[in-house]
Amino acid sequence: MRPLVVGGEALLIELGSAAQVAALHAELLRRRDTGELGAVRDLVPAARTVLLDGVREPGALAERIARWEVPPLAEAEGPLVTVPVRYDGPDLAEVARLWGVAERDVARIVGETVFRVAFCGFAPGFGYLTGLPERFHPPRRATPRTAVPAGSLALAGEYAGVYPRSSPGGWQLVGTTDAVLWDPEREPAALFAPGVRVRFEEVAG
Amino acid sequence: MSGAALRVLRAGALTTVQDLGRPGYAHLGVPRSGALDAGAHALANRLLGNRPDAAALETTLDGVGLRALAPLTVAVTGAPCAVRVSGRAVAWGAPVRLRAGAELEVGRAESGVRAYVAVRGGLCVPPVLGSRSTDLLSGLGPPVLSAGTVLPVGPAGPDPVRGVDVPALPGMQGELVLPLRPGPRADWFEPASIAALWRARFRVSPASNRIGLRTEAGARLIRARGGELPSEGMVLGAVQVPPDGLPVVFLADHPVTGGYPVVGVVPAGPALDAAAQARPGVPVRFVRAR
Repeated sequence: MRPLVVGGEALLIELGSAAQVAALHAELLRRRDTGELGAVRDLVPAARTVLLDGVREPGALAERIARWEVPPLAEAEGPLVTVPVRYDGPDLAEVARLWGVAERDVARIVGETVFRVAFCGFAPGFGYLTGLPERFHPPRRATPRTAVPAGSLALAGEYAGVYPRSSPGGWQLVGTTDAVLWDPEREPAALFAPGVRVRFEEVAG
Repeated sequence: MSGAALRVLRAGALTTVQDLGRPGYAHLGVPRSGALDAGAHALANRLLGNRPDAAALETTLDGVGLRALAPLTVAVTGAPCAVRVSGRAVAWGAPVRLRAGAELEVGRAESGVRAYVAVRGGLCVPPVLGSRSTDLLSGLGPPVLSAGTVLPVGPAGPDPVRGVDVPALPGMQGELVLPLRPGPRADWFEPASIAALWRARFRVSPASNRIGLRTEAGARLIRARGGELPSEGMVLGAVQVPPDGLPVVFLADHPVTGGYPVVGVVPAGPALDAAAQARPGVPVRFVRAR
């Protein structure tokens, strides 16, 4: 764990792995709820870091956090959402080829995985989901699409994600969901908030 | 709802509704947004006896034209500009009463970039995640102003119109001096390159916007290491250095995460307010923050 002071009121904590990020993020949420953490405006997990923004005396906070015992995240920790998916993506055949499996098996492999939202970014409600074994990490497309339809289930590297709205994107599209990923009128606005576990359930097209 | 409203007659180049933004949602990928020159926005509300979080208009370079659809009190702050009511010159940086039907014309900025047009009671377009700010990066909040739009105005609060205050004129714009606290990724750059940063003279790039103040023409910061930084959380005022070596200062609509190393952070307050008012071509330099 390596704390880095960011300006006068933020702290960036660098960690060695996504699992450590998830564990520290869960611990920060627990301690925020109990009031032990003190005031913090934003808690932002990312690939290998957690940012605490809007804190007082980040240096002193870093020393306190360094003394914490952070337990590893339990597998079943965090709320679970199930998202219906049609496996009709234009890159399904390419992903099957990269994985060395039949197209049918892509749905099975994704469906057997319990993903976890590691962090959000790119657009409101866009979650970066981890959980696929390393042999199933496809590269990004060589040429990004100028418009990926909303609801596209996409894979790239160690991450899976669902586009909350139409936007440009270079991830491999394997399916489509009708689930509403982002609705600012809803509480919670984001279906995929950091720490949420996700299962993709196949439905007929 | 008081039934009071303003109609947009001339939208201007880029006019948006802004308040204090929506901090606290960065973990969902939502930028903080909010008035770029926070000091000028606060002043306009203070002059009118509004709450600090009342929404106002933020104009870009060429002002805005509005018609009062009820008797209203407004104040214009930020970039100095001519203010006229139905053709007659009135005060900038002070409360101005409008009769129903009066035309408010906020002119081109004489210096600086962004003027703030606040109305007593605040603009009460529907909030999104607790804020009425237009976020140009992610598209949250009300659309950019267009002619014909009617902006509802809320009821006045208990505080009286204050009338006088000390309107801070944007600096002389001879030079933008930004205090910078090094880190968290200053170690990604050559020590000689960091030393050169304090001596370098950049210029504000015309590609600057509400997302960031881009620089051009200064010394290019040379990385001490290759490879890529995994995306990490970004703060307001973060100075990101893309591969071209020219610093970008993150402003209110900045993305919540980024993958370019942050060499240092400009503290929120007068320096970032000045950055919001710096025109393309203005010289920029960084000084080490205390």
